[in-house]
Amino acid sequence: MDQYVIGVIVSNVSGVLSRVSGMFTRRGFNIDCLTVGETESSGFSRITVAFHGDKELKTRIVQQLEKLHDVREVEVLDKNDTVIRELLLIKVRNNSESRQDIMTAVEIFRSKIVDYSPTALVCELTGETSKIDAFIELLKPYGIMEMCRTGIVALERGENCLKTAK
Amino acid sequence: MKISGAKIVVETLIEQGCDTVFGYPGGQVINLFDELYLCRDRIDHVLTAHEQGASHAADGYARATGKVGVVIATSGPGATNLVTGIATAYLDSVPMVAITGNVPCSLIGRDSFQEVDIVGVTMPITKHNFIVKDINDLADTIRMAFKIAKSGRPGPVLVDIPKDVQVAQCEFEPKAQPVIPYPISYASEDKLKKAAELINASERPYIYFGGGIISGKASDELISLAEKIDAPMGCSLMGLSAVPTDHPHFLGMQGMHGHYASSVAEDEADLVITLGARFSDRATGNKERFAKNFKIIHIDIDGAELHKNIAADIAVRGDIKDAASRLIELVEKKEHPQWHERIEELRSEEKLRTESALKAVYKKECGNCSAPCDKTGIPADQRLRPFDIVDIISENAGDAVVVTDVGQHQMWAAQRYPLTKPRTFLTSGGLGTMGFGMGAAIGAAKATGKYSVLFTGDGSFGMNLNELATAVSQNIPLVIVIMNNGVLGMVRQWQTLFFDKHYSNTTLDRKTDFVKVAEAFGAEAVRCYTAEELRNAAKKAFACNGTYVIDCVVDCDEFVLPMLPPGGSIDDIITEIK
Repeated sequence: MDQYVIGVIVSNVSGVLSRVSGMFTRRGFNIDCLTVGETESSGFSRITVAFHGDKELKTRIVQQLEKLHDVREVEVLDKNDTVIRELLLIKVRNNSESRQDIMTAVEIFRSKIVDYSPTALVCELTGETSKIDAFIELLKPYGIMEMCRTGIVALERGENCLKTAK
Repeated sequence: MKISGAKIVVETLIEQGCDTVFGYPGGQVINLFDELYLCRDRIDHVLTAHEQGASHAADGYARATGKVGVVIATSGPGATNLVTGIATAYLDSVPMVAITGNVPCSLIGRDSFQEVDIVGVTMPITKHNFIVKDINDLADTIRMAFKIAKSGRPGPVLVDIPKDVQVAQCEFEPKAQPVIPYPISYASEDKLKKAAELINASERPYIYFGGGIISGKASDELISLAEKIDAPMGCSLMGLSAVPTDHPHFLGMQGMHGHYASSVAEDEADLVITLGARFSDRATGNKERFAKNFKIIHIDIDGAELHKNIAADIAVRGDIKDAASRLIELVEKKEHPQWHERIEELRSEEKLRTESALKAVYKKECGNCSAPCDKTGIPADQRLRPFDIVDIISENAGDAVVVTDVGQHQMWAAQRYPLTKPRTFLTSGGLGTMGFGMGAAIGAAKATGKYSVLFTGDGSFGMNLNELATAVSQNIPLVIVIMNNGVLGMVRQWQTLFFDKHYSNTTLDRKTDFVKVAEAFGAEAVRCYTAEELRNAAKKAFACNGTYVIDCVVDCDEFVLPMLPPGGSIDDIITEIK
């Protein structure tokens, strides 16, 4: 099964996220993550959906998304030609034995420590999903207290854009 | 001039060409009903007995005419009572606008009296829905609801209007014309050419069509195509009435209870041309086995139907009328004498199998159930048979719109009733809503000014018989034919075949006298045990110009045949109960 990433431009109206996420539930489509945020024009939001599946599933998801009244544009992003990023905030135990190891990991992964207390550290990391996964794996032995990740956002490289209808 | 939100709703409905609305008043739509009262000479309101009946009536109105049906209900329970009707319309692609009142904006989200998030509830069963919180958006939102309901593949749209928005005032300018649907999508020429190549190369083509032919007004194109390429046609339940039953190329409904000839012909075809149909599980049976022997061309207005249930070799999105007429130009005129011969063989075989199945039912011992057929004292071979009922009614019904409920009677009517014109067979195909018939028949009669004839069963009729009150007070020309077998026959049939005759909760054992019930509601009614009695009753019923109930006593072990078992295929077809 391949992972697909879809960019969706929707009208920025109340209930639109329910409509899109409700469609996934109703049709029995499992997704890996879904993010939503404003776009350059205030009337529209951009949703990024990632899921694992075959070509048939991808086609069905795109067709069902296109049917929703609030959906303006749907595009399957070519993963080879797309910048994909995810943000992680992770809180790990801070003590004298592990501190140096954690700092090294943070440096190598180009993460940032954004909060420091005698007993806990909060690190921030941006990157592709695989990089985030690897960082989490690395920090596990030091005691992860809590974490949250945003799910992916994605933009095509170069001139290609999803149209936000004016 | 500033006018109230309630008045804007009514004025916009009138502007959109709506002459009749169905509904039920309540606390959060009083303002709206006040405007309906004031505008009663410009728009008719039909008060039903229950909001569900109103939603089915709006649906029946839309199915019989192709116009958008409108239903109005209050907040909370009024709105939730519409849900089954909206879902029924959604599954069968019926254009409908449902308008609900809601508590004032300031009370929303506080579990106020009769507050329900009906927009949330109906999200998965509407094409789209709205809540209008600003009176300045009201008129355009209702216009948009009509536009969405009738564009592309039609469907229901709900508009929820809080009470304070109905009370507020703003400027209103009526539009001279109803909204125009979104532009149709045109099938790609390239794909149509490829489809034509497949058709030209085919030796045994078969056309499978659905309700899209009716909503796309493409009956003539469909028939011309079938004649030009010399292909037999079969349809889904929703496709019935698109083509005259007696058309020489038409083999009838296919699928779970379809005609033997159409189901087998499809399986033996080398190419299935699918027009405005969606490969429902009831039409295809086992999907793995279904398309083993043939290639598929699939043309539909809704792109999301392509490859959804069955992968097509050529899938074309586009308006069916346009696509079919262009396809006719691209295909060669053909004759397939051998295929014809085989089709005729299948027709004769179907006839023999049907006759044999009809006889077989009498060989069985009736169990000791309490079904009414046992108590009549009439010998088995003189009792009313389902097909006789359909035949006798059709001989007397003229151009009445045929409506059904859901169950065995629905299939008997679907298999047997001779239809000549589109929009004359209204049935809940996708959702299979028992209780659909009464409301739909009232809506259809209101819309067409003609008789409706409702085939129902004692189970389905029991669900919404309260709408007899509506039919009588509205003086609806409606003949209700109850196939009364004392059991929930369709489920009983499954129990007989697949559950060792465990008749769990399907033997109704009720003491309800439908003749007395009908009379109590103010309708005329009669009970029939024999064909002779039914002939007399039918004559009277279609002359009374009002609502007439005919309670037909039917054997509880009549079967709907043939039958493809659920999940089964054409290899498992049951044509006789041994």
